[in-house]
Amino acid sequence: MMTLEHYNYWVVIFLMMAGFYILIDSNNLIKKIIGLNIFQTSVFMLYISLGKVAGGTAPIAAEGIKTYSNPLPHVLILTAIVVGIATTSLALALVIRIKESYDTVQENEILELDQIADEGPQA
Amino acid sequence: MTFIIDALSWVFLMLGCFLGISGAVGIFQFKEFYSRVHAASVTDTLCVFFIMAGLVLQSGFTLVTVKLVLAVALLWFTSPVASHALIHAAYLTGLKPKLTTTRKEAAKRGQS
Amino acid sequence: MSNINLLIDIVLLTMLVFTTVAIIRLRSLFAIVMLSGVYSLLSANIFVILDAVDVAFTEAAVGAGISTVLMLATIGITGYEQKKRRNHNWIAPLTVVLITGAVLVYGTLDMPAFTNPNDPIHLHVAPRYINDSPTEIGIPNMVTSVLASYRGYDTMGEVIVVFAALIGVLSLLGIREKSSAPLHAEPPARPILQVMAKFMIPYIILFSLYVQFHGDFGPGGGFQAGVIFSVAIILYTLTFSQQDAMALVPPRVLKRFAAIGVLIYGGTGVVSMFKGGNFLDYNVLVDDPLHGQHYGILIIEFGVGLTVACVMMLIFFAFISRGDKNP
Repeated sequence: MMTLEHYNYWVVIFLMMAGFYILIDSNNLIKKIIGLNIFQTSVFMLYISLGKVAGGTAPIAAEGIKTYSNPLPHVLILTAIVVGIATTSLALALVIRIKESYDTVQENEILELDQIADEGPQA
Repeated sequence: MTFIIDALSWVFLMLGCFLGISGAVGIFQFKEFYSRVHAASVTDTLCVFFIMAGLVLQSGFTLVTVKLVLAVALLWFTSPVASHALIHAAYLTGLKPKLTTTRKEAAKRGQS
Repeated sequence: MSNINLLIDIVLLTMLVFTTVAIIRLRSLFAIVMLSGVYSLLSANIFVILDAVDVAFTEAAVGAGISTVLMLATIGITGYEQKKRRNHNWIAPLTVVLITGAVLVYGTLDMPAFTNPNDPIHLHVAPRYINDSPTEIGIPNMVTSVLASYRGYDTMGEVIVVFAALIGVLSLLGIREKSSAPLHAEPPARPILQVMAKFMIPYIILFSLYVQFHGDFGPGGGFQAGVIFSVAIILYTLTFSQQDAMALVPPRVLKRFAAIGVLIYGGTGVVSMFKGGNFLDYNVLVDDPLHGQHYGILIIEFGVGLTVACVMMLIFFAFISRGDKNP
């Protein structure tokens, strides 16, 4: 049945879009970073769903097992997870510095402060 | 013999599931923070024990049993400490448990 | 997929959907960070159901562990609540998201059947790795053999990315060492937590070494081991104090070890070039190519574990030492 076969992919796309919505809609910088994390993890799930083989086991060679799941998406996603945590930690460090400079992490207030700084103090 | 072990493992797994569900229901139904944490801590300790005991009976005398026993030991060491940390932090920041009677009232009633 | 696996998969995915909807609707940042930890743990479970045990290990350690700790450290500095804003236009982002989602769903209608062994993805490169890895590399874990040997360049790039993130965080935040406050205060400030931490930390470190060197035979490897090792030190920092942890693992030593880890990885490649092979060609490291592969994988995984452990500890120290300036 097509619905059940593609249920995996559709839920992953829903999670992707939910993360994307959090990213573009939230005002708070930290919530944006969390939305980015949700987006990343849902993409990982998509890749790993592609690599599963019916009747296969984990790709660790053992006696008497004929079918293995595809190890290549696993390697790719391992690298992607670690790069994701590196990006997240750098983003959080930037947010801490923004908080110290602007005293706020709400995006609209930061843009207002930038606008005031650009136009100069209204005489 | 295997039937008894099988039935016993079923009983344990069902008990574990019931305790997990009751813990989850308790988190929503209790009105007070300390009761909610107690409900959650039941899930961490007793529910895990029953489910792992059911799985140990299912897998017999293999390496998997040793690993399951070690996992339960680890969870029994750390989960109560986590609940303690949560409640200690709540108490230190000022959230006091809501008791039905305070000690002053109980002393007054005992005396009068 | 067998029926019970499919059922567990569907239930876990549904729980993920509910968690994400809760993250969208909540305002308290603390609850959102905790829910993102729950999200990572649920996705680690999904990875186990989909036979990706190495990936599940890494996602649980990194996503539900380190990521949650770093985010909690950040919201400790920036504040726990979001402010409400007036004239919040949510129609435009929702439209963009719906259109993108519809296009993606239209794209998946063309995809091959889920878990079919005859999908094109399983027919070209993967059989070569699955069939030849036991004879060419000789270690049971095929993910490690592909990660460390067949695609060793990518893993070197990954280690360098982690090191670059460390350089970025250190240039942005820096680590400030506190000179005040006594170490090992008597009586202990939090007796239950400290006793339990003292009991658990040796086993956590032992487990991280087990994961590091057992990555050839089961799920594991350098990244997971590095993260678990740093978690032991993070536990020590949280239950004792920052000064205790920095006295135990001084940051200047950690910085040097992080660089040495990357050097070990690149150095293995250069050594194999000196011995006559290509860069990162482990066959020429010793006389027997199979043993050469084993040695090469062992050494580079050690380099990876060393770098990742030091980087995670240093990033954590950088985050919490910043928190003292902003009480």
